[in-house]
Amino acid sequence: MIFETVLIIALGILMLSILANLYRVVKGPSSADRVQALDSVGINLIASIAVFSVLLHTHAFFDLILLIGILSFIGTIAFARFIERGVVIERKR
Amino acid sequence: MIGEWLIGILILLGAIVCVISVFGLIRLPDVYLRSHAATKSATMGVLLILFGGFLYFWAFENHISIKLLLGIVFVFITSPVAGHLNGRAAYRSGVSLWKGSVQDDLKTERKRMEQKDSGKSG
Repeated sequence: MIFETVLIIALGILMLSILANLYRVVKGPSSADRVQALDSVGINLIASIAVFSVLLHTHAFFDLILLIGILSFIGTIAFARFIERGVVIERKR
Repeated sequence: MIGEWLIGILILLGAIVCVISVFGLIRLPDVYLRSHAATKSATMGVLLILFGGFLYFWAFENHISIKLLLGIVFVFITSPVAGHLNGRAAYRSGVSLWKGSVQDDLKTERKRMEQKDSGKSG
């Protein structure tokens, strides 16, 4: 009983942190701020999926942890390259 | 149930470290300081939470999850790399540092290289 309460409190804390990240996404002065905050949203989403699968006693959602990790990494790299050079995939000359 | 206490403490500690990183992401004044806060402590928090979940499924469901271990390794490798690329993109696209920062080695190095290039061509 105490264990489930602790898990629900952790989910609430993670939800608050995702909302605060969205504040930084809206307000951030440069676009690197927004990319960093969206990457942090992905990280917090991985953590909350882990807590949720412990809460539901199931291991059906572990694929999603790997999937969101890989997608968040690739998205951050693509946006960083776009900010830095203007293109994502360069053309060979 | 000592295992339940340990897992609950790990998961709660991870959530608290995540929310501390978000406080840093809101309150710090600069892109680079914010990236410093967000990358390190969010990675630490998610590693604590995933390790707590791994211990839970090992102890109570008799299921050693390779996917969670792989997720731990993957997040631990890729999150600092993403922070590094993002900070480098911010610097090269001309985002200025906080005005209280005292040292910018990359700027002096770039100026020195440009002077050397102009001296060679001129």
